[in-house]
Amino acid sequence: MLRDIFSKNKKTYATIPVPSATDDVPVGIMTKCPNCKKIMFTREIEQNMKICLHCDYHFPMNAKERLSSILDENSFAEMDKELVTVNPLGFPEYVEKVEKDRRKMKMNEAVVTGTGKIEEKPVVIAVMDSFFRMGSMGSVVGEKITRAIEKADELHLPFIIFTASGGARMQEGVLSLMQMAKTSAALKRFSDHGGLIITVMTHPTTGGVSASFASLGDFNLAEPGALIGFAGKRVIEQTIHEELPEDFQTAEFQLKHGQLDAVIHRKEMRKKISLILELHHIGGVTE
Amino acid sequence: MTVELEFEKPLINLRKKLDELKLITQNADVDLTDEIEKLELRLHNLEEEIYKNLEPWDRVQIARHPNRPTTLDYINYLFEDFFECHGDRTFGDDEAIVAGIAKYKGRPVTVIGHQRGKDTKENIRRNFGMPHPEGYRKALRLMFQAQKFNRPIICFIDTKGAYPGKAAEERGQSEAIARNLFEMAGLTVPIVCIVIGEGGSGGALALGVGNHIHMLENSTYSVISPEGAASILWKDATLAKKAAESMKITAQDLKQLEVIDEIIPEVKGGAHNNIKEQANLIDTVLKKSLDELSKLSKNELVQDRYQKFAKIGQYTVE
Repeated sequence: MLRDIFSKNKKTYATIPVPSATDDVPVGIMTKCPNCKKIMFTREIEQNMKICLHCDYHFPMNAKERLSSILDENSFAEMDKELVTVNPLGFPEYVEKVEKDRRKMKMNEAVVTGTGKIEEKPVVIAVMDSFFRMGSMGSVVGEKITRAIEKADELHLPFIIFTASGGARMQEGVLSLMQMAKTSAALKRFSDHGGLIITVMTHPTTGGVSASFASLGDFNLAEPGALIGFAGKRVIEQTIHEELPEDFQTAEFQLKHGQLDAVIHRKEMRKKISLILELHHIGGVTE
Repeated sequence: MTVELEFEKPLINLRKKLDELKLITQNADVDLTDEIEKLELRLHNLEEEIYKNLEPWDRVQIARHPNRPTTLDYINYLFEDFFECHGDRTFGDDEAIVAGIAKYKGRPVTVIGHQRGKDTKENIRRNFGMPHPEGYRKALRLMFQAQKFNRPIICFIDTKGAYPGKAAEERGQSEAIARNLFEMAGLTVPIVCIVIGEGGSGGALALGVGNHIHMLENSTYSVISPEGAASILWKDATLAKKAAESMKITAQDLKQLEVIDEIIPEVKGGAHNNIKEQANLIDTVLKKSLDELSKLSKNELVQDRYQKFAKIGQYTVE
C-alpha cells in the first residue's frame, strides 16, 4: 500500500547470513576497493596489475610484484640480501618485530635492491616495500640504498628507485635520520659523475624519505593517488587549525605544485621509464 | 625573566633559605655565620650533584630554556662585522633562518643558523625557529655563495623541526630539505655544524651535513621530538620523559653512536647562565675544527664529508 512506503518502521528484523554461506567464500578471494567500494575477485585485480577494474585505484604493490611489473623477466639479480638489522638503541621488541616481517615477507629489510633490465636496458633498481614495517628507513635500508647507488656509479648504469615509506624508522633514532644525509650524499656523487636518477614515488612517500632521495631524481615520477608529503596531514591540521583540501599531498597535488615531472599510470610505467632510459644513452654517463 | 626548571627546585629552595638567613644576620642581632657557611657548602655539593647527574629529560628542559642563547647571540660574540643577507630570490625571506657573512678571527666566513625568537612577538615573526622551504633555499643560496668565494661555512642548529604547515608543503618542504642534503654533500669548502639547542629531525639536518658536527653539552638531536615519539610509540604524549631516555637524543648519546665529533661543555647550569663564557667554550672547538679542515683540499673536504656519513648506521651481516 502507498501508506507503507512512508511508514517509519519498515523492517523490524535484521538479516543474519547462515554460517554455511560465509564458508562458501574463502577469506581473501574477494577484495573491496577502498576507493569505489566495489567488490571484485582478488585474482582479477592481481591480473590487472593490482588496479581496480572499476575506478583505476592503484592498490599498493609489494616489492616482488613491483619488480616483476617493471623488469624484463628473469633479469633481476638481488644485492645485499645478507644485511641484518640490529638494535642500536636497545628498543624493546624491536628486533623481534623486524624478524617477524622478515619471515613473513621473505626479505631482509624494507627495500630490495639489485640489477636488472628494462626492455633490454640494464639498470640498478631499488624498490621499497610498505608492507615491511611501513617501509620505514633504518640503518639497513639506508645502507642498501647507498650501496645500490654506488653500484650504479661503478657500473655506469642509471639508478631507479620506487619509494614507499612512512619515513625514518623511529626505533633507530638519530641513526635513521642520518640515513637521509648518507643516501643524499651518494646521489650527489653519482649525479656529479653524470649518473641518471629516476625516482618513482608510490603510496605512501612521506617524512624522511620524501625529504631525501625520493625528491632528488633527475626525473621525479609518481603513481596516481599516491600520498606524498613531508609532515603528516593530522599534524598539519593540528598546527594550523584548519581543514586541509581533499587532494592535499596526493601525487596530483604535488604535480600541480611543481614537485613532480609526471604522474604515470601503473600500466604505462615500464614504457615511460624505458623511454627516459633510451633518451639518456642507456649508460647514464655522457661520453 | 627567571624560569625555574623542575630539577633545579631543590637548589632554588636552598638559595632562598640562604638569602633569608643572610638578611636576618644583617638586620637582627644574631650571628648565624656558622649556619650560613654550612648551608653554602651544602648548596655547593648539591649543585655539583645535580649538574653532574642530569637526566636526558633535564637536558631537554635546558635545551628548551626560554633564555637559552640563540644563533644571533653567539654570532654577536664569536664573529666580527656580521652582515645579514635576506631572501631566497624566489619566494621570500624566512626569518626562522638567519644567514650572512662575517669575520672569524679576521677571516671571512659564511654563518647560517636557525633563529628562535626571544619573546612572543619575535617568535611569531620567526615562526618559533621552524623554517619554511624558502628558509632552506636561502641557506643553500648562501652556501653556494660561500663556495664561490671559498669561505668556510658555520651552521648553528636550533629548531624543533621544519614547519608542518600547508604553505610549506605546497612550496615543497621535502624537496627543499632533500636539496640541501644533496648539495651540502658536494660543497668544496669546510662546513662545521654546531647544535646549540634542539636539533629536530629533517629540519635540523637540512643545515647539518658538515665535515664536523659538534653539540653543546645540553643540546639534543633526534629523528622526532620526545613528545612525538611518545605519542606514536605509546599513544601518550605525556610519556615524553621516558621517550627522551629511550630515543637516545643527548649529546652524550650521539657521541656514543658515533654521529657527532665533539661535545662542547656548557657553563654550570646551562648556556643561558653566561652567554659570553659559553661563546668562549664554543670558540675553542670551532677554531680547532676550522684549523683542521683548512688543511684539506677541496676534493678531500668532499671525500671527508662523504665518508663521515657513509659510516653512520649499525647492522650485521648474516
